[in-house]
Amino acid sequence: MSRFTLIVARDLRLALRRGADSTMVVTFFILIAVLFPLGVGPDTAILARISPGVIWVTALLASMLSLERLFQADFEDGSLDLLVLGSLPLEAVVLAKSLAHWLTTGMLLIVAAPVLALLLNMSAEGLIALVLAMLLGTPSLTLIGAVGAALTVGARRGGALLSLLVLPLYVPVLIFGVGAVDAAISGMAVRPHFLILGALLAGTLVLTPLAGAAALRQAVQ
Amino acid sequence: MHRFANPNRFLRLTARILPWCALATAAAFIAGLYLALGVSPPDYQQGESVRIMYVHVPAAWMALSVYSFMAAASAVALIWKHPLADFAAKAAAPIGAGFTLIALVTGALWGQPSWGTWWVWDARLTSVLVLFFLYLGYIALVNAFDDPIRGAKAGAVLALVGFVNIPIIKFSVDWWNTLHQPASITRIGAPAIHSSMLTPLVLMALAFAGYFVCVLILRVRNEIAGRKIRALRLVQAQG
Repeated sequence: MSRFTLIVARDLRLALRRGADSTMVVTFFILIAVLFPLGVGPDTAILARISPGVIWVTALLASMLSLERLFQADFEDGSLDLLVLGSLPLEAVVLAKSLAHWLTTGMLLIVAAPVLALLLNMSAEGLIALVLAMLLGTPSLTLIGAVGAALTVGARRGGALLSLLVLPLYVPVLIFGVGAVDAAISGMAVRPHFLILGALLAGTLVLTPLAGAAALRQAVQ
Repeated sequence: MHRFANPNRFLRLTARILPWCALATAAAFIAGLYLALGVSPPDYQQGESVRIMYVHVPAAWMALSVYSFMAAASAVALIWKHPLADFAAKAAAPIGAGFTLIALVTGALWGQPSWGTWWVWDARLTSVLVLFFLYLGYIALVNAFDDPIRGAKAGAVLALVGFVNIPIIKFSVDWWNTLHQPASITRIGAPAIHSSMLTPLVLMALAFAGYFVCVLILRVRNEIAGRKIRALRLVQAQG
């Protein structure tokens, strides 16, 4: 097994053995989305209208929950020092850890999203577009979040700080993610939204490992 | 550039520049405000409320310029480990956040009589609001570490990440249909406004830029003094 897959496998094993983190993220995701009908009333037309935005905003918040531990846990038990000293480039380490994080949170959010879409009375076309848009969008969320997690390693009050750093950078993913679902519901062209979500993913895939690695090097110096 | 990495040389140089900078800023403010509030004509559509623009537009320009300055200083700090660039980026952030807030507040004050509402979710307003949050995130991150050097380094990476993201955020927010009027000065060809309005605007822009330079110098000097005190305290604690 290559060193890259070893890191992914290690993080996946850790996540499975401490299953509470991933289940907490999904529970949070569902719980917040369920609060919206209670807040705005049970009118199905209104719920269908706001459902893309509600599900996406909730997904942004949920994907941020477990980010704080992404590098902080390794920093505290000293394994981050070994990862920095190891022969695998730090950029690849960031990418591997992001991949593991996405598999244990983003994937689960995508699985849970159709259930929420049904609860919020979203149409079938919207549901398919939502799943596809989340497949393209949530990896970008994890990658951007990984930079924030790397920057806040060792910081005081990491969690609140992380959300302040990361949420403004999530804006493009949110706009085009919601745009894709809205377009699908109203029968307009969905393709441009997917193309831009794909472009955002391609860009973050290249740039965020560089930024994340730079941030981690500052942290362990 | 490394000639100016020496804090003492910087202190000597800026001690000489600062009074002149302050004087020029004060002169530009007095002349600009006099022309903007007294001499320039009211707009035929907006009436007297057009005078808010003489504060709003320079503040919005500075909000973007200061972030670009921070990103440039951060790049210099990361690449050449230039100590004063770290200080400059850190010192510029609260000033930039202040300019952004002024742009947002004056925009709301102008929007109420002109558009009939304090706030609209228009592309430019939204992207300036996001810029304000980027400033706040930077300030929070720089101050979140016990070691100020570590905070400055993390901040430098964040400033560059934010700088790459600003055009993307701007573009994605532009996707919505926009209510804000297009820029009327940076158009190619002659500016779309009359010189009786352009002169006070340029003077106010100069005054804002001068204010930024003066306060930046003061804050960097302050930061150097703070680091010296910290170093002395550490020596004292060890001795």
